[in-house]
Amino acid sequence: MPDQDEPDWVDTVVNGVRHEEVVDARTTLADFLRGRLRLTGTHVGCEHGVCGACTVIVDGAAVRSCLMLAVQADGAVVETVESLTDDSASGELTPLQDAFSRHHAVQCGFCTSGFMMSTTAALREGPVTDEAQAREVLSGNICRCTGYTGMVAALLEVGSDDQH
Amino acid sequence: MTSTETRPSTMIGRSVLRREDRRLLTGAATYLDDLELPGCYEAAFVRSPHAAARIVSIDTSAAAAMPGVIGVWTGADLPEIAKGIPPKVVHPQLRDVPRMPLPADFVKFVGEPVAVVVATSRYVAEDALDLVEVEYDVLPAVSSTGAALADGAPLIHEGADDNVAVHVVQTAGDPAAAMAAAPHRLRERFSVTRGGGHSMETRGVAARFDPTTEQLVVWDTTQSPHYVRNTLAHLYDMPEDGIRVVAPPDVGGGFGPKAQFYGEEAVIPWVARLLRNPVKWIEDRRENFVATMMERTQVHDVEIGFDDDGHILAIRNVFEHDQGAYCAGLQVPMITLSTLPGQYRIPNIHTELIACYTNMVPTSSVRGAGRPQAVVAMERMVDRAAEHLGMDPVEFRRRNLVQADEFPYRVGLTFRDGSPLTYDSGNFPLLMDETLAAFDYSGERERQTAARAEGRLVGIGVAAYVEGCGLGPYEGSRYRLLNDGTILVTLAAAPQGQGYETVYAQIAADALGMDMDLIRVTTGDTGRIPFGQGTFASRNTATAGPATLQAGDEMRGKILQVAEAMLKTSAASLEIHGDRVSVADDPSRSVTLREIAGAANVGKHGITLAPGILPGLETTVYFAPERAAYASGTHAVAVEIDPETGAIDVLRYVIGHDCGNVMNPMLVDGQVLGGFAHGIGNAMYEEPFYDETGQPQSTSYLDYSLPSSMEVPPVELVHIHTPSPLNPLGAKGAGEGGTIPVPAAIANAVEDALRPFGARITSLPITPPKIVDALSTDDLDGTGPWHG
Ligand code: FES
Ligand code: FES
Repeated sequence: MPDQDEPDWVDTVVNGVRHEEVVDARTTLADFLRGRLRLTGTHVGCEHGVCGACTVIVDGAAVRSCLMLAVQADGAVVETVESLTDDSASGELTPLQDAFSRHHAVQCGFCTSGFMMSTTAALREGPVTDEAQAREVLSGNICRCTGYTGMVAALLEVGSDDQH
Repeated sequence: MTSTETRPSTMIGRSVLRREDRRLLTGAATYLDDLELPGCYEAAFVRSPHAAARIVSIDTSAAAAMPGVIGVWTGADLPEIAKGIPPKVVHPQLRDVPRMPLPADFVKFVGEPVAVVVATSRYVAEDALDLVEVEYDVLPAVSSTGAALADGAPLIHEGADDNVAVHVVQTAGDPAAAMAAAPHRLRERFSVTRGGGHSMETRGVAARFDPTTEQLVVWDTTQSPHYVRNTLAHLYDMPEDGIRVVAPPDVGGGFGPKAQFYGEEAVIPWVARLLRNPVKWIEDRRENFVATMMERTQVHDVEIGFDDDGHILAIRNVFEHDQGAYCAGLQVPMITLSTLPGQYRIPNIHTELIACYTNMVPTSSVRGAGRPQAVVAMERMVDRAAEHLGMDPVEFRRRNLVQADEFPYRVGLTFRDGSPLTYDSGNFPLLMDETLAAFDYSGERERQTAARAEGRLVGIGVAAYVEGCGLGPYEGSRYRLLNDGTILVTLAAAPQGQGYETVYAQIAADALGMDMDLIRVTTGDTGRIPFGQGTFASRNTATAGPATLQAGDEMRGKILQVAEAMLKTSAASLEIHGDRVSVADDPSRSVTLREIAGAANVGKHGITLAPGILPGLETTVYFAPERAAYASGTHAVAVEIDPETGAIDVLRYVIGHDCGNVMNPMLVDGQVLGGFAHGIGNAMYEEPFYDETGQPQSTSYLDYSLPSSMEVPPVELVHIHTPSPLNPLGAKGAGEGGTIPVPAAIANAVEDALRPFGARITSLPITPPKIVDALSTDDLDGTGPWHG
């Protein structure tokens, strides 16, 4: 339901599904994904580009969906956390998700989707093989609960694997 | 299969992976803003831009006329809820001032809500905020304890002589005489600032009123759903059963501020009821910075008296606590008051609190809750005393530790739970030994000497603490055998990432002697269990834990009793395997849990229950600890300072921790590590800054830095386990120990690194500019006005 007088179209592929929607020019990508598409796995923690909870992958790059407008995703391919696993209860976790659980890198989980997406994007670019590199990769997101120790371990375990 | 006791291998004490993780990792979790509430309106609040002002007038007409706006209400429009929100923790001498959900006459801090706009979307609601015209008569403001307590300070609240909220003194022994007679006395003034909780999920409330059932359902990110329900029932003058408060299964962090009650929580359900339509409000981060409670600054004037051998004879600490514009509760300063003596045997103690009102957002507990400040006061003075005597600071500590055979140890003060401060159990010397062995204290001292010889500024800091936790009054646990043959365990407490669904299933599995697979845990819903307190003060393992253990035991008894009647045998010979209760020496004679539920819960309509069958298999236990339990910890750190930039590099960090018996070691480690990151923020980064007019200056994460993976150093953990005698699990609290002594330990290490220059660290957090300042002060011989 448009809030303003300047409706705009966005035509975007999100998690493999094409959506053509009318949006207000000012709607953020985060609000579009959460409110319109009901993909609520993407979280909003600060709305000013620092916490990284809203991270999604747009055309292969990790971006902060709170800082991007939905209309800017026109013609783009968007991946959210929901794309990582098929949503049946038996759907297997990805190695990264599984490692996050085993290393207790998740507490309240509010930051988790953002970490999933930024680390997924980073691992597509190349392996993560030492602690300093792992901390660098994780440093774009904030977690208030875990102290990052489990995340570093999980990322190192998965990141040095050849399959990535 | 054996014929002896066959209860499954114990689950308590195992690092069971979390049941919660899957939904959190796949984006399938349900936080408050994810709830499906069709047609829900969204709210935004008009907030005061002034720290102190009289409201002259509010004109809402333009906002109300905006398309998409459903309604606008000021405090004057909602007289029914214009009641003071009672403080959470009080003291007989507290000068309480009513905190209104939406004040109609005066604003006392920047960010205080004065009107609410409800619209079809948050975007529209925010547009409308700009159209609400509020005329203020701005008054002088006070934004520090020093300014609040100064002669002639503007009065925050009319009708009083000063800004003091409460003045409390506690003593043990004869501190004045002991101090006067002490061969050595040292004094210092420390300013300790802590920040906010900064849960990654902000606060939020949604509500829906069902006029047919007269039920108001409130979804709230609270740590304490029952407290919210009770407060709403009081404010609304409604029966408590008319209000159901639900903390969603997923809440994105709490850390203390979400355990408080805020005006927004009173306003949103009320307007949802007025409108007969769901309404929600999700705090944005800008609001969170100004309107969510935090801890701020305490100023401690501390004096220590000791003898030539390094025995502490007396400690005297007088501290100012910034309560903010209203008293939401006195828990933080009351905890500071009694945390001072820590692990040391101190015969004479004077601890004195002056809490005052200021024109800033009220303060509340934040992970650590007043303890880190007390530990700074104590542990910094212990280091100073050791330095004064030329004694190793660890040796000084060892000479003063309460010994393992002195428990229960009465400190001589009163804890915030109202009971005499009595340490239930612990082993401080062992904790110190194990921590320093892992740290390689003597090796680190050698490396420090070598580094100093090269001109590097390396320092070592140790800090120890005792943490009152596991607070009463009680917590509850309810079991029900569901008709499908599984067990539902309902806790009153609401989690914010602690893994309750997992750890309480572990406890229940052991109590029932059943597989965890058959047990499900649900939390945080006042409609499912009538009484509860909530998640705060690291209390749940020691309160809800024993309740879960006891209720599980009762439930097992009931299940066996029914099975006994059904199998016509004696309960003594029955075993539970999987979903089946069977006769030990004749497994072919068995009933399933589903059959038991069928017999006891469902029955046959109108038919008398067979003899021995209990009607309705459920049980609820509330566990009330006789007093608080005390966890303890010792941290050791080595740092290196860059003299050019003032940057602190943490070289090593070891945490020694004793939280009694541990239910799930992985989860406890997680609590400690997460708490540690918070402590690093408190020690070096987080500072909510207000200018003299009470304007908050750090209102985004660009101005207020939360530690990222680059700032939190690797840390090594050492555990010892001294069970608490106060509950059958032997558990204490684990949620805050990682945080509490970090500022003190880092400050001790930094001052140690700067010792060649005699530079003094008296203000926390320790930021690079403060280090550069300390290095360039004239007082480089350490004999400034406070010494001697
Ligand atoms: S919500 Fe986008 S970076 Fe924080
Ligand atoms: S798990 Fe809570 S913020 Fe990261």
